[in-house]
Amino acid sequence: MTSYRVPAERDLVEPGPDRPLTILVDGEPVTGTAGQTVGGVLLGAGRREWRTTRDGGSPRGVFCGIGVCFDCLVEVNGLRDVRACLRRARDGDVVTRQGGRASREPDAEAGGDDAGGDDVGRRAGEGTSS
Amino acid sequence: MRHVVVVGAGPAGLAAARAAADGGARVTLLDSADGLGGQYWRHMPAERPAEREHLLHHRWTTFGELRDALAAHPAVTVVPSAQVWSLERLEYGARLNVLVGEPDGVGREALVLEPDALVLATGAHDRTLPFPGWQLPGVYSAGAAQALAKGERVAVGRRVVVAGAGPFLLPVASSLLQTGASVLGVHEAAGLGALGRGWLSRPWELAGAAGKAGELAGYVRDLVRHRVPWRPGEAVIAAHGDGQVEAVTIARLDERWARVPGTERQVEADAVCVSHGFTPRLELAIAAGCALSASRFVVVDAAQATSVAGVWAAGEITGIGGADAALAEGAVAGTAAAGGDTGAGPALVAGRARTRARGFAARIEAAHGIRGGWVGWLRDDTAVCRCEETTYGRIREVAELTGSRETRSVKLTSRAGLGPCQARMCGRTLQELLGGPEPSLGTALAPAVDRRPLVVPVRLGDLAALPQRPQQSPNPQENPT
Repeated sequence: MTSYRVPAERDLVEPGPDRPLTILVDGEPVTGTAGQTVGGVLLGAGRREWRTTRDGGSPRGVFCGIGVCFDCLVEVNGLRDVRACLRRARDGDVVTRQGGRASREPDAEAGGDDAGGDDVGRRAGEGTSS
Repeated sequence: MRHVVVVGAGPAGLAAARAAADGGARVTLLDSADGLGGQYWRHMPAERPAEREHLLHHRWTTFGELRDALAAHPAVTVVPSAQVWSLERLEYGARLNVLVGEPDGVGREALVLEPDALVLATGAHDRTLPFPGWQLPGVYSAGAAQALAKGERVAVGRRVVVAGAGPFLLPVASSLLQTGASVLGVHEAAGLGALGRGWLSRPWELAGAAGKAGELAGYVRDLVRHRVPWRPGEAVIAAHGDGQVEAVTIARLDERWARVPGTERQVEADAVCVSHGFTPRLELAIAAGCALSASRFVVVDAAQATSVAGVWAAGEITGIGGADAALAEGAVAGTAAAGGDTGAGPALVAGRARTRARGFAARIEAAHGIRGGWVGWLRDDTAVCRCEETTYGRIREVAELTGSRETRSVKLTSRAGLGPCQARMCGRTLQELLGGPEPSLGTALAPAVDRRPLVVPVRLGDLAALPQRPQQSPNPQENPT
């Protein structure tokens, strides 16, 4: 495991004991603690990538960590294009790996109505105006 | 009662909100995050209180004082999780369109504000120059490593390399050490020559910035204690790995930041954190029509007033000066926005602190400012635009094919800079690759690359549900802790 969360009992800042929460990531349970972001839960569990780019098919996860780069987009409870580094995780959140590009294009008005759908990756790619 | 809206709750915005409230105004403080403090005081969420959190911060008591003062002030409404998604210019001032709720969520509450005075304190994000492999998972902006360490107690890796330019690399390394990660080295692109010219000239002036110097000295002590080498005149010029970072190539640089051939060495690492400076978040200032300087910061006068009546600016969008300057500028801006006299009393003291901090910022630029030799790190297949995966080779090809070195036309043809981040990551890099800043567009001196009328992507459903006329007062929200 590469990235990790500092164990509470060994942390110099002395956070209280964990209040575990579990999210389902592509069907697999991943555990974090209350107050973490989805990205924080994933990184804390050693997962560093959860999106694949459209053209290159290359893996992506957190890059900027503060909501600016949009690299960490993920589907949460059926809603696509959620920035994992900003969204606080809730127990039971269903997180799905996002393929393809972000489907809300900032230069294409307000983007598409794209919550949910199975083939959204391909559809979003096709729906892109350029 | 005069209504002042402050956008951004980092050091500048917090200081502005308090000064405006003390000056007799009704204040609404907006921040897109769900807590106060901005990136500088990025901290653990309310659900995860930590006994000794102050160990991760500087001036933590200042933050506590500001937060408590705002929470206790009857004229202040703090609205967290408030994303200003667009700003419309009005005859006087501006109208802010805001969505309040979970980031990227649906059904957020819409808020429309038309304040008597607007203070922009939107801050900056770090800038990372591209290099081969920088799109691999395991490469982070230095700010990400710090945000995750401070806000989540997450280490981005076990064997971590820190690289880039500027004093910010030091607190990032300290933050990583405080998560128990091994920091293999801090590689500063500026060589000893530039560092000496930037930091050793007129040393008597540095005495005035004693607080800042003391903060940096603390980080250096951390590096020494953990035997972390700090190496000037070096850079990470490539990251390698199958699907994620497994190693990096480090090379020595000359004065122009070009790699010195034959000095490359490969180091096994599972993460690399890179920052080469900061980019101010100018969207709202540009939408408001504020004039920018040649170096692309918001131009302000001694009272932090921008070129637009009714709009003030403070903090990093007026120049990268750090938290001390931001606090001082925020206090001046807040006082002025409330209609007070900034020539008197505390505002005058704040003004002096700001002048000192600006001297510090000039040293940072002289010592650590980006030099053009970095372009030699790129290969034809290096992604320059992370969103669209546009490579350096493609950008050169398009520039040659179309005969255009104008950023906008190259963007449209190559798609570089047209992805969801709206060129926040690659815009300035593209401009430099195409030969420096282009002429400004229109009267606002707003280069196309920083113009984003839609500040963040907005879901269609939220747009449909928007209210038709402005509310004069936001619904009361609970103040975050």
